[in-house]
Parts: sequence; structure tokens; C-alpha cells
Amino acid sequence: MSQHHAEVIELDQARRRSTSPGPRPRCAAEIAPGRACRNYANATGFCRVHEPEPNDSAAMHPSRALVDVPGTRDTSLDDGIARALAFLRRRLTGEYDIDLYGFDRELTEEVLMPLARPLYRQYWRVRADGLDNVPADSGALIVANHAGTLPFDAIMTKVALFDEHPAHRHLRELAADLALRVPVIGPLARKNGNTLAHEDDARRLLDAGELVGVWPEGFKGIGKPYRDRYKLQRFGRGGFVSVALRSQVPIIPVAIIGAEEIYPMIANVRFLARLFGFPYFPITAQFPLLGPLGLLPLPSKWVIEFGDPIDTTAYGPDAADDPMLVFELTDRVRDTIQQMLYRNLMGRRSIFF
Amino acid sequence: MAQGQRVLITGIAGQLAGQLAARLEDDDRIEYVAGLDVHEPQHRLQRTEFVRADLRNPLVARIIDSTRVDTVVHLSLTAVPSSAGGRSRMKELNVIGTMQLLAAAQKAERLRKVVVKSTTAVYGSNYADPALFREDVAPGGAPRSGYSKDAVEVEGYARAFGRRREDVVLTILRFANFIGPSVDSPLTRYLELPVVPRVLGFDPRLQLCHESDAVEVLYRSVVGSHPGIYNVAGTGIVYLSQAIRLAGKPSVPVALPFVQGLAQTLRRTGRIDFSPDQLQFLLFGRVGDITRLRDKFDFEPAFSTRAAFEDFVASGRITPLVPRETVERWEHTAYELLTRNKSKVGT
Repeated sequence: MSQHHAEVIELDQARRRSTSPGPRPRCAAEIAPGRACRNYANATGFCRVHEPEPNDSAAMHPSRALVDVPGTRDTSLDDGIARALAFLRRRLTGEYDIDLYGFDRELTEEVLMPLARPLYRQYWRVRADGLDNVPADSGALIVANHAGTLPFDAIMTKVALFDEHPAHRHLRELAADLALRVPVIGPLARKNGNTLAHEDDARRLLDAGELVGVWPEGFKGIGKPYRDRYKLQRFGRGGFVSVALRSQVPIIPVAIIGAEEIYPMIANVRFLARLFGFPYFPITAQFPLLGPLGLLPLPSKWVIEFGDPIDTTAYGPDAADDPMLVFELTDRVRDTIQQMLYRNLMGRRSIFF
Repeated sequence: MAQGQRVLITGIAGQLAGQLAARLEDDDRIEYVAGLDVHEPQHRLQRTEFVRADLRNPLVARIIDSTRVDTVVHLSLTAVPSSAGGRSRMKELNVIGTMQLLAAAQKAERLRKVVVKSTTAVYGSNYADPALFREDVAPGGAPRSGYSKDAVEVEGYARAFGRRREDVVLTILRFANFIGPSVDSPLTRYLELPVVPRVLGFDPRLQLCHESDAVEVLYRSVVGSHPGIYNVAGTGIVYLSQAIRLAGKPSVPVALPFVQGLAQTLRRTGRIDFSPDQLQFLLFGRVGDITRLRDKFDFEPAFSTRAAFEDFVASGRITPLVPRETVERWEHTAYELLTRNKSKVGT
């Protein structure tokens, strides 16, 4: 249990500077005992993630972290134990609140995020670029490429926005109905902030000022063969554009590099997929050749780039009823992401470093 | 509305109807309250006149006439086959009863207002539906059996009545599952089981409506004018797993293929009457959007779903296996144990 808390980001403790003598000073915060934050520091001596915020933050904004109010985090072990026990007690007695879509914030922050964090930090060493393109306290639609057989790209995008965005925002992903039907996975996805990819749900979340994530390629993207990596598939029917137009929120194109190599899919066994009712049944470089070990994704080096927001207010909410404009905008978002992907691939040293 | 409103409530023997009648009795603007049912109501009512009649009997038309009511509140919808005496009789009471009542109401010239109790079960329960049901949304999986199908048909008759009598204010209230100290429903019986079975790998979102909020909304529909269809529920939701924890009960996961059999066993032993259409509800739950209720009724539920459920637990109907105080004591003991060990290590 205490391991979860060891991973928690320290905010109000000014610690000794990191020992690495870089040309630029590093952030003074520690992300874990003995492990300094490696982000560059700004004038405050901390990086943007760790710099002390004025006290009026959190709670007032949608989906902000409960934990980042300076002063509430106590560092002594006793308080850590008390916090962990209080958490356990709340989970046992049901004293927690979930939102209407089933998002269990406490479970996400205290259990699910700490589980995903080692993958984010150590395994795929994700670098998140352009986070300042994501608004701190208003709604926006995050649109990204989808790949990798299992939706790790969505989970990593969620961690990036929560851990590295200054406002610690929770991403609310729109999931396929097929995913929400699966036992264990479906309820867990809802508790993690997912909801159905349906116009009603997306509109309500965006109007409430939430950050909504959508992967318009859907199963065509996540289940595409390795030879088609980084080639964007058709972007659905552009439903996400009309939702953004109606809610008058910016569309933020996102390119995810690295997810396309975690499970290089060689073939898709269609009859098995039909048999099980899956959208695809992958044969990857590891699976099923290596047996259970084949479930281990490859440790590629990831970059998640958040691009310049595409403004929708210029068109007005009624533009959602203009199919031509919706198509054009859909294409524009798709082209932007494709360009971002190419640009990042050009600058990449290798798949794994 | 006007002075001296005269109200007829069907299904007066029900808890909800009794509380509504008591509420209306306290209001001076209500001149007369009549309650109709086949069973005599158990609640203590002052000036409500009890009329023993079966809704399926054409006599109903004469009752509406002779009592000179201008408002009919139709609450006699029943969700439980066993209390109605079997599923086919339940369907007859629900659907044919409503048909007869509304046919009689159509002829009644004095009538100004009809309030019909329905349920959010009309939306069904499906993974492919949005998280919140708006009143005007067409659900993906329309219910095909049981109580929810009855409710769909009742609403159909009510809407047809509304079209034929446009001078009558028709309010259809879709209530979420009722909860509260005096509620006895399949859901409360289910949670009263010593060990609560859940479907393995599923955790439905539950939306509940506290009985006092339900009575308040019914009361406002009677005295005010709110034409249309409304979802009625508390704010927020709880997961089934969370509700079981709030009740302090142990739960046991049951794999989906065995759920049907377990439900049949429970039905046969007479413990709970869980109809097959409610099993889907245990997989995906359902939540209605109460924005319209808030806007048009200018109403904010006094109980959130969680508060309503906690009120039900606090009423003592449920005996928790592990009370909350015990868990708190564990917490203290564990804290003292852990911190003491640490200081020993430190020295």
C-alpha cells in the first residue's frame, strides 16, 4: 500500500537539488524518495509540474487532482500511514463519491494511476511535448492516433495529462461500446473516467469543462497491421468534430509515437475474431509465439505531442449541421496529426531510444 | 392551480400513495382526496375517502364522475409479480387497468390534470446507451419483458390520452428505483440478503430516488402545472459494489451463466422476486438525466443517491455484517500498531 504513496509527487517540500550537473538547473522536487524530478527548472527552482501554485487552485476546477493543494501533503511516515489507512477504510465502507458517468476519482488517483506510472516513466520513458496547448480549466477535445493492439496509448495520454500538466487534468476518454461490455474491463474503464463514445456523453462532459479524449480511428487504428504503422486510418464519420463545434471547444490534435511498435501485429486471424466476437484477433511478433510472455509489450521509446489547438468558435455552433465543413475540419485534424507523426518520426533516433 | 382541487389517487394502499395523500390532506387548497384500491390502505389518513374498486372494472368511470375529481394521480403500477398474484395478473393490473382508467378519464369533462407514475426502467439497460438517459432519447435496447415493458405500454396509453384530451395537463414521472426507510422493493430485499450476490466482472451504476423526494415531486405535479415527461431521481449515483459496502454486507461474485439459476432459486424460496428483465439491470444499471426536472419543477432533490441509500441503511432494516464503527476501530488499531513498530525500528 505504502508503495502507492511513495510514488506520489511532492509539492511543498523544498529538497536538495538533483546531483546531475546539467547545463540548465533541474527541478528541485522529488518524484519519489531519492529520485529527483528531471524536468528543467524555471525561476522558482521547480519545473512547471512542481512549482508551488497559489492557494486558490484545485477543487474549483473540473477533474483537478485532489492531492495537489499545497499544504495538505504531509511527508512524515505516520501521516502516510494514516492516509493509507483512511483510504482503505473509505474503500471498505463505501464512503467515496463517483460522478454520473462512473468516474471514481479516488480509485484512479490512488490505485490505477500508480499502476500505470512505472510503464509511463520507466518502461516507455514517455516524453510529453506541448502540454501548454492544453487548457488548464476549460473543456477541450483531445484527438489522437490509435495503435498498439491494446489501448495503452489512451492510458499513457491520461497519465501524461494528469502527471505532467500543471493543472493535473483528468482525461475523460470516449470508449467503444464493445469495450464497455467486456466483464472486468468495462466497469474498470468507467471507473477510470471512460464513458461511451456517444454524442450525448461527449457534449455533456465538454459543456462541464472536462477534457475529453477521442481516438477516431477506433478499431481500424488499434487493430491495424505493423506494416501500416503511423498511417492514419479513416477518422470515423467526423462525429467528434461536430461535437466540438456544438460545444464550442478547441480540438487539440495529438500525435503518439511509440505505441505503434509495442505489439507489432503481423496478422489478424479473422475467424478467431469472429468466434470470440472480438473486433480483431492479433498475431504479433510476441504473441502467441512466446506464450504468456508474449503479452509483454515491447519497450519502445514514446513521445506524446500535443499540437496547436484548432479553434472552433470562429465557425459557431451551427456549423455542426454543415456536413461539408465537418468533413473539411475532420480532414484538417487528420492531416495535422499525420504531419506531427512524420515530423516526430524523422527526429527519432531508434524505436527503442 | 385553482381553489378546491379534487384529487383521485389510484393504488392508495401503496406506501408512496399513502404519503402523497397525507401530504395533500395537509394542504388547504386541496378540497377532497379519494383513494382507490382493491386492498384497504394500512396508513392512517384523516380525510381521504377510500374507494374499494378494481381499476379493470368499468365502475371506475362512475367513480371519477361521482367524486367530481379534477385531478387523477395514477400510482397503481406494480413492479412485483408476486404481490400482484403472478406475472400475467400483474400485466393485466398494470396495462389493462391503465387502459380502463384513461378511457374513463377521457370521458370525464371536469378533469384538468393527470399524473402517471412510470419508471426509468423504460430505458432498459444496455452497454450501448449513453451514460445518462434524457427523456426524449430513444434507447438502443427497448425492454421486451416484465415490468419495464408494462411501463412502456402504460406510457403509450398515457400519451395517446394526452393527444385526445389536449386540455388536460399530463405529467408522466419516470422514477428511478425507490429507496428509503419504508420502501419494500426487489432492490431492498436483494440488499437485505445476508450475503449479496453480484455478477462477476460487472458493476452497475445505480440511481436511486428517496421516497420523500418522490412524494414532493408528486405533490408538486398535483398542485402545479408541469406537462411532459420527467426523470425523477436523486443527484449522483452509486456503484452496486459501493452500495453493498455502504450497507456493510459481504458480496459474492457469481459468474454470468449461473446468475439465471440463482435468481430462479431465490424466486422459488420467496425471498426476492427478481424478474429476468431486472438481471440486465444488474449488469449495466441505468441513470436518468434529471436536468429537466430541475429546470421545470425548480426542484433540487433533498437526497443524493448516496444520501438516500445511507438513510435506508440507517433506518435499521439492514444488519451490517461489519458495521462502520468496527472498520473505524480497525483503522485505529492498525495505525497504532504500525506507528509503534516504526518507532521501535527507529530506536
